[in-house]
Amino acid sequence: MIDKKHIGYNFPPVTIPVEEGRLKFLAKSLGETKAIYTDPDAAKAAGYPGLLAPPTFPFMLEIDALDLVDFMSVLGETLEKLLHGEENFNYYAPIYAGDSITVRKRITDIIDKKGGALQFVISDNTFTNQHGKIVAETRTNYVFRHQ
Amino acid sequence: MTQPTYDSLKVGDEIPTLTTPSVSRHTLALYCGASGDHNPIHVDLDFAKKSGLDDVIAHGMLSAGYLAQMLTNWVPQSALRSFNNRFTAMTQIGDTVSCSGKIVEKFEKDDEKFVRLELYSNTPQAQTIVAEAVLVLA
Repeated sequence: MIDKKHIGYNFPPVTIPVEEGRLKFLAKSLGETKAIYTDPDAAKAAGYPGLLAPPTFPFMLEIDALDLVDFMSVLGETLEKLLHGEENFNYYAPIYAGDSITVRKRITDIIDKKGGALQFVISDNTFTNQHGKIVAETRTNYVFRHQ
Repeated sequence: MTQPTYDSLKVGDEIPTLTTPSVSRHTLALYCGASGDHNPIHVDLDFAKKSGLDDVIAHGMLSAGYLAQMLTNWVPQSALRSFNNRFTAMTQIGDTVSCSGKIVEKFEKDDEKFVRLELYSNTPQAQTIVAEAVLVLA
């Protein structure tokens, strides 16, 4: 069982450069072909400073900021038990290739379900760009199967 | 692409769907690397079996990515204000992922016009994501 002492824990902020090659690779892996996600020249022609990061990208920054294996170590858990329960995004501004995003991750709740057979670990995450603008907030529900 | 407007839409309208090719081990290997989600349960059969599964399973966020792609095929990404995904079942190797969505609410707030959508990701066996998105429209 995951100790509830972790509720309220703030991980140290981590700042991550958003790389053009990463966004191209991500688009390829998703079968995304729209040019603003794959072609930097097309993105600039559309008035963007660089490739546009897709809507699910903040989750990738969350796990870039804290590798899942390291997150498991903090919780005293292993990846074998982990499932993804929910992923919720609020968007305030776009993320582009060339940005530098600071990720702040906090464990806001740990909830026992089914008499402890399942535990939900809720992580609230804030993403701030190099201009000090909060571009997104997310809530991730990590599910642990104990049986 | 003609962009949908608030006035052109009504509750119950369905948005253009998206269906993917079948999810292969190669799909998951690419997504593992590109997404940064290196959990071996998605790419390592031995690890998946140790975790009590018969085979590797797709990343939930892969299907969420497909849902997002369906949305951005329909409206510019700047319209998207929130996108909430609840993962309800696993996607297996060989599954196609069928994404669909419909408008469930129209509302105005602070001089802006919004539509709320319910979105679904389905494989041939199961509904894998129930999601909700809020879009701001002209």
